[in-house]
Amino acid sequence: MSTSEKTRIVGTAVPRKEGVDKLLGRARYLDDIEREGMWYGATVRSSIPRGLIRSIGFDRRIDWTEFTVVTVADIPGRNHIQLINADQPVLADGMVNHCEEAIVLLAHPDKHKLREAVDAVNVEYEPLMPVLTIEESERQETIVWGADNILKSFLLEKGDVDAAWAQAAHIVEGEYRTGAQEHLYIENNGVIAEWSEGNGITVWGSLQCPYYVHKSLLAVLDLPEDKVRAIQTETGGAFGGKEDYPSTLASHAALLAMKSGHVVKMTYDRMEDLAATTKRHPSRVRHRTALDGDGKLLAMDIEVATDGGAYTTLSSTVLSRATLHSPGPYVCPNVRVSSKAWATNTVPYGAFRGFGAPQAIFAIERHMDEIAAAIGMDPVEVRRRNFLHDGDTTATEQVMREPVILDKLLDRALTESDYYERQKRFAQENQTRAVKRGLGIAAFYHGAGFTGSGERYLNSLAGIDVTPEGRVRVLVANTEFGQGTNTILSQIAAESIGIDYDDVEMAPVDTNVVPNSGPTVASRTSMVVGKLIERAGLQLVGTLRERAGLREEFTREEFFAACERLREEDGAVISLCRYEAPAGIFWDDQKYRGEAYPAFAWSVQVAQVAVDTTTYSAEVEEFWSVQEVGRVLHPVLAGGQIEGGIAQGIGYALYEKVVWKDGRMANNQMTNYIMPTAEDVPPIHVYFEEIPCRFGGFGAKGIGELPHDGPAPAILNGIRDAIGVGFNAIPLLPEDLFAQLVTQESKAEVSAV
Amino acid sequence: MSEHLANSSAGISFIVNGEKRTVAAHGMKRLLDVLREDLHLTGTKEGCGEGECGSCSVRMNGELVNSCLVPVLQAEGATIETVEGLGRAEALHPIQKAFLECGGAQCGICTPGMLMATAQLLAVNPHPTIGEIREGLAGNLCRCTGFKRIFDSVAAVVVEMDATAKTGGAHAG
Repeated sequence: MSTSEKTRIVGTAVPRKEGVDKLLGRARYLDDIEREGMWYGATVRSSIPRGLIRSIGFDRRIDWTEFTVVTVADIPGRNHIQLINADQPVLADGMVNHCEEAIVLLAHPDKHKLREAVDAVNVEYEPLMPVLTIEESERQETIVWGADNILKSFLLEKGDVDAAWAQAAHIVEGEYRTGAQEHLYIENNGVIAEWSEGNGITVWGSLQCPYYVHKSLLAVLDLPEDKVRAIQTETGGAFGGKEDYPSTLASHAALLAMKSGHVVKMTYDRMEDLAATTKRHPSRVRHRTALDGDGKLLAMDIEVATDGGAYTTLSSTVLSRATLHSPGPYVCPNVRVSSKAWATNTVPYGAFRGFGAPQAIFAIERHMDEIAAAIGMDPVEVRRRNFLHDGDTTATEQVMREPVILDKLLDRALTESDYYERQKRFAQENQTRAVKRGLGIAAFYHGAGFTGSGERYLNSLAGIDVTPEGRVRVLVANTEFGQGTNTILSQIAAESIGIDYDDVEMAPVDTNVVPNSGPTVASRTSMVVGKLIERAGLQLVGTLRERAGLREEFTREEFFAACERLREEDGAVISLCRYEAPAGIFWDDQKYRGEAYPAFAWSVQVAQVAVDTTTYSAEVEEFWSVQEVGRVLHPVLAGGQIEGGIAQGIGYALYEKVVWKDGRMANNQMTNYIMPTAEDVPPIHVYFEEIPCRFGGFGAKGIGELPHDGPAPAILNGIRDAIGVGFNAIPLLPEDLFAQLVTQESKAEVSAV
Repeated sequence: MSEHLANSSAGISFIVNGEKRTVAAHGMKRLLDVLREDLHLTGTKEGCGEGECGSCSVRMNGELVNSCLVPVLQAEGATIETVEGLGRAEALHPIQKAFLECGGAQCGICTPGMLMATAQLLAVNPHPTIGEIREGLAGNLCRCTGFKRIFDSVAAVVVEMDATAKTGGAHAG
């Protein structure tokens, strides 16, 4: 079906599929599940960032016969979580490489007895020198991972950067830093595991990627495929934070269940979840940019460094996305991006909405404003002169074959925010007021789907079946955690078949029931999996027409009658589709050249910021976001994705600071890790321009990550506009503003003298 | 606190969603745990355990409380309302209906607390301004929505309730 055709269900605001259950409080999250005779698990963790384990003692004040105790010696298979590199142990084996690394697992039928027992396990260490920052790691004096502390590196080159400097009218340099960020999903991580000789291991969990969990359990428990089953329970937020971590927690719960012979539940409280699980990678990005006399980009030399933490987890793919987003949505003939993910002795950093792009985009979009200031041009104009257009090539020499409408997005953002009129008014008012206002802008793309050859390797399988009870089910391993997976895939299935939304439901996300349609990450669900479901629906109708006498036009009753005729012949009514890479796509993983992403979503955001020069606090007063994300499948859910991403981006810029003390998160509580509340989030205005994308389900592109990419640079650019001082690091809390402004003032006083 | 109070063997009684319930629990057990474990009312969620996130919000004697901070002995004789008492599948409460239609719930984990905070806000102030909505919900954290559609939901409830009041209809719950 052509994506431009009129649709009945796609594009309308149907009720959220699992909405009524959530509103009645009857949706079953992991911790809502109790089982007869269930035990509870807890984790003994490292208290130091790096060292050898000398001994593990069990205090006699505890009757250990009541407990099940699991150490590394109890692991039947491999002691490694199976991700990109299998370097992360399930349990520490003689050595710890970060605080909170799991060493011993305990289970007991009374959960209240676990805390004291955890404290009664005495681990003695021989501490080793830890590496705690990017700078310490890149000095390579202490090697904590591999031969050189480098978890992954990329080099992307287009044209000849080194030859460009001589022709430059301007050369502008800058260094930009971002801090760690907590997902702060309101539901903490949790898993229940059940073991039996006959069925093997079954785990239920709050998770994004059931087949990731499945893969790790196969290896860790050394079991055949049919003896491992992973089931997603209702998931109370994830944002990337439940992409890889559940593989570790599920392994822990499974080991306790196997050894104890009981069903075991492991849930983290907030403090444990904040201290022990993944966060967004901190970054440092350096730009050196050459421009001609008209403000056009001649060369971009970019150096990206991320802090990956103690093990690889997803650092290589996060770095890949940071690399590919670091040049921004601009045309430049000569580009070099050299990027490295550095190992440190902190909890491994992981996936978080945007996946490297927010870090890279913070740098380039702040840098564009510094370029504008350096060459004396309007930041809007510098961007406009360098925007990508149809037919242009990106830094990887990917040709923009689909329409690129950055100019239109920018114009709309300027109009909707009344940008120039407001800016003029603020400039006047700021002269006499202590609270100074400004406007900041960010323009960016976000690549939808896995990078390069990623989707081909994933080789996703998804489909639709029809049950004997007359229910059409969507068969995917893609998970709902608030973004609307259930709803949009049901819409797509109903639309492509030609039945009602209410006739469609989601099959349980259970590896015994649904095929591996890939992980729920990378803004790929609407686009990539959506397309598979669209195809599966059309394929099902085609089969019913061919083999079960379904007419061209059909009623609901005729559809289900035809399904029953097919069932008599085949025993089941099922339509599966496998991913097919679009033709003519070329990607060179070594040289980082070619089609980096099947599609890009585009956005321009504007932030209105107020800086109180007496209290040094900055706040966002109003926010505008214009984006092109292909076809909007559901206007309410799509708007909610954008607004939620912006709120997280505001937190990233101004509120959310992970405070480190000797390699450990010191503020691992909601009391002192501050996210924006209902009083902090400004009015947000959201506008969509729709250009259906041929690779996406009914024309959709990825949407979930895009909105988080822009707020931080837009806000800091707004602060620059308000007070004339550029800040190059986030989070920017009042004390950081104070520190820089006071230092500058005192320097100015000194030079005035 | 005296030992006999803390270990009330006679049980602690209160009214939950219109029904009298008696539990034999330690007096210092959190109301949140009593609701979830003793009464199997798992709609009320724990998010932080320290009164910051509001996921465990319930109404007690006409006030909004974080049930993770309330020792159950303080609930003796109290009237408590949780999300389970708000509406039913076949008759959603106007607040639930508005959250469903306006996109006020995404992952759903903060939703029960947010619904109770909304119920409290509208009980005290049936026509809140946007500023009053923000203030009324400031103790309930939502990480998904950015709050905008939650504000829209509350505003929609006000319109719906006014319309119903005009036509003389009555709401469930």
